[in-house]
Amino acid sequence: MLEISVIGLGLVLMLADLFVPAERRRYIGYAAIIALGILLVASVSGNGSCGQFGTAFGGMFINDALSLFFKQLFIVAAILVLFMAAEFSDRLAAGSVAEYYSLIVFALVGMLFAASSNDFTMLFVSIELITITFYVLVSFQRSKLASLEAGVKYLILGALSSAFMVFGIALIWGTTGELNFTKLAAVAPQYADSQIFLLGVLLVLVGLGFKIAAFPFQIWAPDVYQGAPTPTTAFLAIGSKAAGFVLLLRVLFTAVPGVTAHWANLLIVISGITILYGNLCAIPQRNLKRLLGYSSIAHAGYLLLGVAALSASGQSALMYYLAGYVFTVMAAFFVITLVLRHLATEDLSGLAGLNQRSPLLAATLTIAMVSLAGIPPLAGFFGKFLLLKAVLETAQATQNHGYYCLAFIALAGVIISLYYYFGVIRAIYWSKEPEDMSVIELSAPAKVSIWVCLAGMFWLGLFPNTVLKLVTEAASALK
Amino acid sequence: MSILTYIAGWPLLAALVLIVVPRHYRVFIRAIAVLATLISAVLAVKMFAQFVPGANGYQFEQQIPWVESLGISYHVGVDGINVGLILMGAIVAFAAALCSFEIQTREKEFYILLLVMTGGILGAFASLDLFFFYFLHELALVPTFIMIGVWGRGEKKNYATFQITLYLSIGALIALIGLIALYLQSGANTFDIPKIIEHAKTNPFSVNAQNFIFPLLLFGFGILVSLWPFHSWAPLGYGVAPSPTAMLHAGVLKKFGLYGLIRIALPLLPQAAQSWAHVIAWLCVGNILYVGWVAMRQKDLNLLIGNSSVAHMGFIFLGLASLNLIGVTGAVLIMVAHGFLAALTFALSGYIYKQTGTLQISELGGLCRKLPFIGTALLMAAMAGCGLPGFANFVGEATVFFGAWKAFPTVTILALWGALVIGGIYMTRAIRNILHGPLPEKWNALTDASDTWRKLPYALLLASLLVFGFAPKLLTEKIYPDAQKIVESFKFQVSNVQSANAVPLKTEHLNLNTASIGNPQSAIPN
Repeated sequence: MLEISVIGLGLVLMLADLFVPAERRRYIGYAAIIALGILLVASVSGNGSCGQFGTAFGGMFINDALSLFFKQLFIVAAILVLFMAAEFSDRLAAGSVAEYYSLIVFALVGMLFAASSNDFTMLFVSIELITITFYVLVSFQRSKLASLEAGVKYLILGALSSAFMVFGIALIWGTTGELNFTKLAAVAPQYADSQIFLLGVLLVLVGLGFKIAAFPFQIWAPDVYQGAPTPTTAFLAIGSKAAGFVLLLRVLFTAVPGVTAHWANLLIVISGITILYGNLCAIPQRNLKRLLGYSSIAHAGYLLLGVAALSASGQSALMYYLAGYVFTVMAAFFVITLVLRHLATEDLSGLAGLNQRSPLLAATLTIAMVSLAGIPPLAGFFGKFLLLKAVLETAQATQNHGYYCLAFIALAGVIISLYYYFGVIRAIYWSKEPEDMSVIELSAPAKVSIWVCLAGMFWLGLFPNTVLKLVTEAASALK
Repeated sequence: MSILTYIAGWPLLAALVLIVVPRHYRVFIRAIAVLATLISAVLAVKMFAQFVPGANGYQFEQQIPWVESLGISYHVGVDGINVGLILMGAIVAFAAALCSFEIQTREKEFYILLLVMTGGILGAFASLDLFFFYFLHELALVPTFIMIGVWGRGEKKNYATFQITLYLSIGALIALIGLIALYLQSGANTFDIPKIIEHAKTNPFSVNAQNFIFPLLLFGFGILVSLWPFHSWAPLGYGVAPSPTAMLHAGVLKKFGLYGLIRIALPLLPQAAQSWAHVIAWLCVGNILYVGWVAMRQKDLNLLIGNSSVAHMGFIFLGLASLNLIGVTGAVLIMVAHGFLAALTFALSGYIYKQTGTLQISELGGLCRKLPFIGTALLMAAMAGCGLPGFANFVGEATVFFGAWKAFPTVTILALWGALVIGGIYMTRAIRNILHGPLPEKWNALTDASDTWRKLPYALLLASLLVFGFAPKLLTEKIYPDAQKIVESFKFQVSNVQSANAVPLKTEHLNLNTASIGNPQSAIPN
């Protein structure tokens, strides 16, 4: 099984730490990348157990098109993060990079389990596996105060949200006596009026809302994004968020579809406020990582559009958007890792003159920003197009005017976001020439991963057919 | 492969080629850009010549499925409405590439963006699929922002870049919501425009849906076309833009919104179009009179041209609002004519700016003595701008006024005043101050466009204006049958929707109908 191999990989990496001399530990990462690459190829080609759909462990673990799609997404993200970590290794405490790699791989295991969980126990375990690994990953630069501060903040708020979630799960179990999503779906209608059951579901959503950084549980995101080591931030922005979304989809549409249908307005409001909050707060930011932290809140809002639409096309749009988001955000963080190497902070002014220092990186960051802003022909545009289409479709089908308002809020968000994304582009091309105009040398693996991100953004923007088919299948698995 | 794919494809292909060309091969880069746009222009002329007026359906069609599950396909084709626009777009793009010698820094990037913009615009005009229609337009729009931001001139560059980016993005996104709503409401489950129109003949849009979608398209596209009061981005943006960008945007890309209204909004949302017609007509007065007055006060040549170009959009909207055959034909005629004209004036002002470093009218004067060729061209362009017979603009404006008179006599009187008097005043005044009078000492060193290559873009655009001015039949015979189809399917649908929805026809509506349709053989079937 995929998960077992990845756990094995994590253990091997930890062991390798003992035998490989400190100056060569950086290369352990490339071994891990190759191993994950093999697993990815296996899962795409349907070899091994990946292609076999079904459940295991008494229905706790499910393998279907949805989990397969998310697993591939997670592995791609992890591979890119490992590349990034290898570039970042000079800024970690000497020799500790192998530990960093293995933690990334363990977080990946948590995400893989999250993609397959079909039971509240499994949900909680996988979430905790992800969150606890991230506590360490966030505070990994022990000598840096910001990193420690971010770690503590993440720990406190993470623990709080876990507490909410456990409480919610307990309430659900207390009222219904079921933890399995499929079985719960069968009995849930009887409890549709039970306040305690609804409170339980709400508390679980609070916990997941924390993971995806949706309003009003978004407070941690900017601080943690800013303080954490850049590869961690990137993985947090994609892996952790996507894991939150796959669990949200499972809970809302498999476990308690009846409740979800009643909560359309709640989802609309949360989605709308998240979009506005993230975009408006991003405007005054000067720190690039903090800016991306707020923008990731805004993107959580866009992704929630797909949830709020309460339709298969909404869910598939969400997944398509996530797929595009992986390449886009990875590209952005990659450039940050490489360019702001020698700077203490990630201030926007550090990007000045990037066009002369490295045209490739300048173009990559520009394209990533343009894709985040949702401009054709890139991945972000097609994703937003699908999301908007899904929302308007539901608006038309239900005659709920809230959806029209939501579509306009989403547009307003896009327009606000143009301001700060173009601000980043302006910092690259039109700011004063800095003193340091040294050419940025790129290592071969860094170049490869940047080209992969670029190719991914254009591929998803120009040739949506393949992935669209995958996400449509995945969404149909939710029924 | 359709010839249309080649027309839009060559510039895009050339852009791809340029990415790998080293940046110090400056002549080579320029040659590729000029060559690619020349091929497009030649192909466009060929297509224009081969086009059969009044043939059934679309010509030079090509369709390749792209995302089948959503009903999106790459579908291009021309009829009388867009055949002239594509020809105009390709010629203007060629002229813009020739005029790009004024760009001296980062030439490689500039030519790549220019070629992407060209390919995007030509593709958008040829596209018969809602998704690609929008997609290709955005593809052309984004390079505009970058070009203005990087190669723009003057102190207000950053402000203007942000303003134009925000305005046009808002417009495009509102139009996008309208287009998606249109797709969903049609129920045809396809983005293919001809199929949606066909489907709507049997299942017309409900009045509610029309009244919801039409304003989205009108104001979304309206912002893109600088419909008053959403025009304030245009003069400043054009004032700051490098001249090839201003030529392409003011000349070609801006017509996209109008084309969208004619191609999509009129045939599909006829009832809403009728109820909004008088709103459009009165907004035109804002364009023609108000912006005309603003143009009279301008002290900078580019701002003057920018405002006058906004004012000209008013005539096109007036033609649309008249909702009859003559008006719509006239609107398309002006779209083509104004494309040549706007490109010509921005190219000339770019030349003057390049030579003098200023466009403040008060600092210029007597330039005709030093720049006989450029001066004469500017004089002719100004005359075309105030509607002198012999230039294509006159034909279009006269046609629009004939069409609009039947629908909106008051507005037409005001518009005539704006066209003939106000336009005449600011154009002749600018000509007097720039070309005549004493020549300031400092301009003694100016040099005229000397060799053929430098003269070619201006000569080409002027020639196009004159050709269509003296032989408007070349265009009208092509536009007329298809405009008739739109107007007729439009009347058919109005009656259809009215009977389908059993909405009692208000008397004032009926008056508007009969008044607007005018010619006796086309009374409403009802």
